[in-house]
Amino acid sequence: MKRDYSLDIHHLTRVEGHANIQIKIRDGQLIDARWAIVETPRFFEVMLKGMSAERVPFLTSRICGICSISHSLASIRAVERAMDIVPPVAAEKTRLLAMHGETLQSHALHLFFLIAPDFAGTSSVLPLIQSHPDLVRAGLELKELGNEISTVTTGRCTHPVSLVVGGLSKAPDKERLLHLLTMIQERKPALEKACSFFRSLSIPDFIRETEFISLSNGSTYPAIGGRLVSSDGVNREENDYLLMTNEYTRDYSTSKFTRVSRKSSVAGALARFNNNYHLLRPKAKETAASFGLQPVCHNPFMNNIAQLVECVHILEDAEELITTLLELELSEIKTAYAPKAGSATGAVEAPRGILYHHIEIDKQGKVIKADCIIPTTQNNGNIHDDLRALAEQALREEKNDEEITKLCEMVVRSYDPCISCSVH
Amino acid sequence: MNHLGFEMEKVKIGSFDFTCCEGCQLQLANKEFTLPDFLALLDIRNFREISSERLDDYDIALVEGSITRPDEIERIKAIRAQAKVLVAFGTCACFGGVNSLKNRIPQEEAVREVYDGKAIETRPSMKISDIVQVDLSIPGCPVSKDEVERIIIGIVTRSQVSLPTYPVCVDCKQQLNTCLFDLGEICLGPITRAGCNAVCTTGKTACLGCRGPAEELNMPAYLELIKERGLSLEDLHEKLAFYNAFEPLATDET
Repeated sequence: MKRDYSLDIHHLTRVEGHANIQIKIRDGQLIDARWAIVETPRFFEVMLKGMSAERVPFLTSRICGICSISHSLASIRAVERAMDIVPPVAAEKTRLLAMHGETLQSHALHLFFLIAPDFAGTSSVLPLIQSHPDLVRAGLELKELGNEISTVTTGRCTHPVSLVVGGLSKAPDKERLLHLLTMIQERKPALEKACSFFRSLSIPDFIRETEFISLSNGSTYPAIGGRLVSSDGVNREENDYLLMTNEYTRDYSTSKFTRVSRKSSVAGALARFNNNYHLLRPKAKETAASFGLQPVCHNPFMNNIAQLVECVHILEDAEELITTLLELELSEIKTAYAPKAGSATGAVEAPRGILYHHIEIDKQGKVIKADCIIPTTQNNGNIHDDLRALAEQALREEKNDEEITKLCEMVVRSYDPCISCSVH
Repeated sequence: MNHLGFEMEKVKIGSFDFTCCEGCQLQLANKEFTLPDFLALLDIRNFREISSERLDDYDIALVEGSITRPDEIERIKAIRAQAKVLVAFGTCACFGGVNSLKNRIPQEEAVREVYDGKAIETRPSMKISDIVQVDLSIPGCPVSKDEVERIIIGIVTRSQVSLPTYPVCVDCKQQLNTCLFDLGEICLGPITRAGCNAVCTTGKTACLGCRGPAEELNMPAYLELIKERGLSLEDLHEKLAFYNAFEPLATDET
């Protein structure tokens, strides 16, 4: 079928931030496919200059309204490594639990609010409140649980309060930790319900081989710190983050792009899954198997399912972390420190993928230089290349204009892009 | 929507974001327990972050973020022209927020530093009321969902909506917290507008003033306290500048 089609989605909806999708087809041939981020940049690297190291996490958390805990912890890790500060065990465990809360909240938001409407054929989650009340309730229960874990561990679910350089400013309350255990038990059925809903959907069949980037520590599913690894066999230490990103700009995007071994690569739930499958809890592996998801999976739409698998892992892991915290004396929560010159990278697995903060500090403890590289920045190239390959596949399969539009929107949403984050 | 047998009209609302982290809009989807009831008060006409439906017949516009690019000026003017009530939603919209920290250096230098020569359009961060009239301000980084619920219910029931005029200290004392000044730290709680339930100081970290100045603040006494305790003025300035919410106070009196 020879045809002309021009798709220009201005400010794609149900994603965080402002970006456009442009597809041009002439005489049945794909002429152009691009992912253009138009979000206003905020210049956090400039804002950070001259700031005292202790205040840095309070500023960087404001990079993102969804993954503020990840930003806070990436900065804290960078500063602590730069100044040789070792936080107490109780603080480390609490931070891991906080990451779980944030990831659960973020994945639930994405799966139920942002992408479920695509599969249900509605414009938003609002009509689903009537048509799929059980599903919406399950989503809300999981999101609320994630937020409650974040609140108990950091004082607030968005823009954490008690995560500080050296440890924690305040220990989590043991009664509230105990209550979290009950909540997790009560909400496991909600997650099972979510899994059966997603099992009933047909996930678009699309494969484009790419390189998956994540943290890896060899002993636990990654969250805070570790080696920087790729499915193409790259393995580097945390401070070598620049070699793992190679940032560059494109003239139609305010967000930068990165590359590693190939033209594009990808971070996020599917990358973590592909690179660390053997470290998932058995229940999470069972869930993956029930979707036919195995490493290494190259279908970007399966990132949604990898997020669901991670939710299963998180609930299991959170129970163990809480039990450990309940057994610990929570009196030692912060290591005292004096300002010291140094520089280091802090890498964490934010919900959308590996996040790097690199911070250089002078001997008065003020920031001289800062660099933040965001998961979505690392996914821009892959989204861009997927749009092209997907549009070509859709043309071969003789999909109509409306179907092509929907598929393109859906593949972008699968990455759960955090656009305002990416231009920080 | 029916309440005690009376029909209540939903409010037609639009939610928009400018230069920001979108964390304030995200709060609208939090407090999941009361979310279905909260949503029942609203007729959401335009909310890009959660819905593909885009209608321009909203009465209330929630506006998150500060203004840092010329196209944003045009967009906010169009929203102003449509909305009966324009709400500055969150600290960036109310005061310019953390984005204003980049105003300290020439903008070309900021672009050079981050984009290494690529041409990027940006200008010093401005609060919404620098461009258009704001009818209602809900400060907070992020906004507190409790307060947002209270204000939306006020609008739906046509009742008076207001923010606390007293400082965060009042809420903090009610939580029986140890005063951070007694732990040797400068806290902006004594001069910042309450309404956040003292969430930061309850977590034992200093208030950085995201809600802006309290109406009943005593700045001379506050500065006296800092001098008396021998605390660092440099630290005070860093805290006052953090959200750009104390700009006139910071320059006039310290």
